[in-house]
Amino acid sequence: MGMMKIAIASGKGGTGKTFVATNIFYTLLKNNYRAMLIDCDAEAPNSIAFFETKLVKEIEVTQLVPVINTDNCTYCGKCHEYCNYNAIFILPPMKIIQVIEDLCHGCGACRVACNFEAISEKPVSLGKVNLYSNNGKLSLIEAKMNIGVMSPVPVIKAAVKHIDNQAEIVILDSPPGTSCPFIQTAGTSDYVILVTEPTPFGLSDLKQSVATLRTLNKLYGVIVNRAGVGNRDVYDYLKQENIPLLFEIPFKKEIAELYSVGKIASEHDSSLSKQLFATVENIILKYGSSNSKR
Amino acid sequence: MEVAIVSGKGGTGKSSISAAFATLNGKVVLADCDVDAANLYLLFNPSHEEEKAFITGEKAFIDYSLCTNCGLCIDYCRFNAISFKEEMVSISEIACDGCRLCSRICPENAIGMIRNDKSKIYAGTFRNGKMVYGRLAPGEENSGKLVNVVREKAKQVAKENGLETIILDGPPGTGCPVISTLTGVDKVVIVTEPTISGLHDLERIVELVKKFNIQIFVIINKYDLNLSVTREIEKWCLVKKIPVAGCLPYDENIIKAMVNRKSIIELNPELEISLKLNMIWNRIKNQEK
Repeated sequence: MGMMKIAIASGKGGTGKTFVATNIFYTLLKNNYRAMLIDCDAEAPNSIAFFETKLVKEIEVTQLVPVINTDNCTYCGKCHEYCNYNAIFILPPMKIIQVIEDLCHGCGACRVACNFEAISEKPVSLGKVNLYSNNGKLSLIEAKMNIGVMSPVPVIKAAVKHIDNQAEIVILDSPPGTSCPFIQTAGTSDYVILVTEPTPFGLSDLKQSVATLRTLNKLYGVIVNRAGVGNRDVYDYLKQENIPLLFEIPFKKEIAELYSVGKIASEHDSSLSKQLFATVENIILKYGSSNSKR
Repeated sequence: MEVAIVSGKGGTGKSSISAAFATLNGKVVLADCDVDAANLYLLFNPSHEEEKAFITGEKAFIDYSLCTNCGLCIDYCRFNAISFKEEMVSISEIACDGCRLCSRICPENAIGMIRNDKSKIYAGTFRNGKMVYGRLAPGEENSGKLVNVVREKAKQVAKENGLETIILDGPPGTGCPVISTLTGVDKVVIVTEPTISGLHDLERIVELVKKFNIQIFVIINKYDLNLSVTREIEKWCLVKKIPVAGCLPYDENIIKAMVNRKSIIELNPELEISLKLNMIWNRIKNQEK
């Protein structure tokens, strides 16, 4: 226990989640925290490329799907009735029954439903959890969904399970949006940093994220990225709703350029590095449990 | 003709580009399929002629007046959503997948299901045609199904109003809402940007789109932020035989247009970026497979 998990999230994509997550992780390591970075954006994982890493282990993530043994099947339709995802197609008069694997969530209800032992299960691959070390320590975990798979949630769940118990601070790079993949990531965290930009789109998505975090009852604050572009509406909203503005990252072409070639801006910009570290340390001191404080 | 605008990663400029295409020429149906973060209504302020609730799924809940704390449901749940908390069986709303199995096997009939019905779908008129969009209620799931409903509605509206072009502003990523956006469209436009992450995500989304046998176009947005990565993306597209429909420069007017609740075309059709968008849209519309 004593570990603190901080998710970096945003309703809209491209606001700079990965930028913030990788830079915070970098400054934590630099300040001798035992930190881990978990890339939960399983549909588009990009965090690992910013660090020198060694792949330690690849873990296959699977889900069970039903297999129907038509010798035993009586076409009674009970499995179809039990399936809440419409993943079993059945036409009793024609003696046709089929599993639509893409729709199956692997809940096992069909197997419970079947009274004739006509349903068994087989695993299918959903993606991978890749474990990476940095300076000899397990520090980075990547959730990577197979292309064509519907939901990244099982892969994200599996990635979070591999967090090292020794870690003090865990940074989770969240997928964009406010639905299942985001909830899965935010739900496991102690604090959520929302990254937004001062534009109408940024504000609209921020409101959506805030509403979701309120229903989840999570602690959160906001980092405004590309400060200086757009207008002041985001700031007015934060003030009005009493939401902490944690930090503003100014829009600088140099920062964008470093990012575009896979470099950590904090490594080259010491004031950015210091300010980002101060921002996270504040959160850790205020909300972290006893062991993650210094 | 249905054209989907998508990208592997978010924030590449899908919505701004969709808004530009929707205001270039002729009336269109514009469908915002990014139901997690629908934004186009902010620019176009459409009338709400129709509003419908959408059921995104179900969640299990326990009736404690009937529950005997036997824990059978815990053994059956594959989503680890049920556990003993302070010696009481408790269901985590976040982890519950809504499969209903616990409710079916409970010997005391103590588990019921609640419908998530706060998500909405809207249809109406905007200044250059018809608009359909969905908004997922905070924390609700199953955005793929909502995308399907938005698309069905868009097709119906197109038919009723004799409009030929449907523009779908898609969600980011490669998961279920993206798959729902791509299924059965005529053309897909992938927007990317010249960063290492941009190229990596382009590779992933192209791999997905290739499963569908749809005509693909790539737009490299903000191409001048890193010319060498832009060249790398162009080369990659050449090898994969995917046409680059065009490159768009970084232009602060994009944000200015957004702040003024306009598309870039409406802000100023004579800008370099506006002229390029016009050219790109004509190429996408007219190129035969």
